[in-house]
Amino acid sequence: MITKRIIPCLDVKEGRVVKGIQFLELKDAGDPVELAEVYDREGADELVFLDISASHEGRKTMVDVVEQVAAKLAIPFTVGGGINQLSDMKTILRAGADKVSVNTAAVLRPELITEGAEFFGSQCIVLAIDAKYDKESDTYKVYTHGGRKKTDWEVTAWAKEGVKRGAGEILLTSMDSDGEKKGFDHTLTKLVSEAVPVPVIASGGAGNAQHMLEAFTKGEADAALAASIFHYKETSIKEVKSYLKEYGVNVR
Amino acid sequence: MIGVIDYGMGNLYSVSKALERVGVPYFVSEKPEELKEADAFILPGVGSFGDAMDNLGYTKLDQLIHDMVSEGRLLLGICLGMQLLFEESEENGTASGLGLLKGKAVRLKAEDEKGNKLKVPHMGWNRLSFHNESPLLTKTEQGYAYFVHSYYIDGMEENALLASADYGVRVPAVVGKRNVFGAQFHPEKSSTVGMSILTQFTKMAAEQKVKK
Repeated sequence: MITKRIIPCLDVKEGRVVKGIQFLELKDAGDPVELAEVYDREGADELVFLDISASHEGRKTMVDVVEQVAAKLAIPFTVGGGINQLSDMKTILRAGADKVSVNTAAVLRPELITEGAEFFGSQCIVLAIDAKYDKESDTYKVYTHGGRKKTDWEVTAWAKEGVKRGAGEILLTSMDSDGEKKGFDHTLTKLVSEAVPVPVIASGGAGNAQHMLEAFTKGEADAALAASIFHYKETSIKEVKSYLKEYGVNVR
Repeated sequence: MIGVIDYGMGNLYSVSKALERVGVPYFVSEKPEELKEADAFILPGVGSFGDAMDNLGYTKLDQLIHDMVSEGRLLLGICLGMQLLFEESEENGTASGLGLLKGKAVRLKAEDEKGNKLKVPHMGWNRLSFHNESPLLTKTEQGYAYFVHSYYIDGMEENALLASADYGVRVPAVVGKRNVFGAQFHPEKSSTVGMSILTQFTKMAAEQKVKK
């Protein structure tokens, strides 16, 4: 049967990997190509690069990074951040990425998902969703602009809309858990995983191997994403995978 | 020399990069007269079956593929490229394929026999089981390969099944008959397993060139 995937995420700013807490306080965490190679050797199933560059030069640097990664790695990788139109998708996929992820631009103009899926196929289009619990309505709301803007979308409604338009996978980040290392938000993950027929990647809150296990057993995720615990070598992909195997999760 | 067939479907870059990593000479072309010079062919592809067949027909690359295969040159279809080798697909109605192998592409089931839910597309790493022996797989271990697809091949000839994966149904993962081969997963993204299959394919192509 298919295995559960462990996906290290690299936030890239102006060509360097950085990591923050709840979308703030960025720290340098290394060279993206070097880190990508290390993760590949350690058994990462896939990689996600999020370009958080603010400048045009930073975006151009990202295309170089993608080319270098594609030349060296024999595992799939997704690139997101700043993908606003079909031409951005073309640039990144032609540079060698396997998938692109869209977030804010897709909320602002959902047709972007449709266009991407029609041109490249659903398997190339990942819908990244940042969600936060909303006390008032007792639902999870979708946020855009790196978590700064709240939208009216309830998370499962937006996930379903995205899949209907051709998204092949959902990358779901819990803004409440992100950077806290206290575990994923299983309620949120399970909610979305049950709502859509495509794979869901749980993101935000991974602090140790047990959290990864719970993403699968409690959150019903298809993949679990983590950043800082791998970057700062608090645990390794190998350790996580042997822990998962011990608890009967099917991993590569 | 490997000819990568460009018919406007999907990401040729990752296949090209993988061939560079293996260290084999290759070229990418959409022109039948250029592709004719190749010793072996890779037919990549992501996207929809019907569009792919339309593009192959429009560019007359379908005829080239038939000619080259009947001359005995090697062909490897990858992902959608493998499904195109078969007779037909039920994707978006019914579309005819190249008909080089028997069988048809049908949609993956949304649950297994026990009623457990399965996500479609089948996306991720799945373990290969080997069936018939083939020179393509002699150097490959029975490890994991990276799949992304929503349709699988049903009703194929058992003797053309080289490897399969389990996803509620038996998913043919590597197929091969005479000089026609296919991989449902992405060898270019399947780490050591994938790279060893690509290496072996290019070796077979080189040996064939010597025989010619």
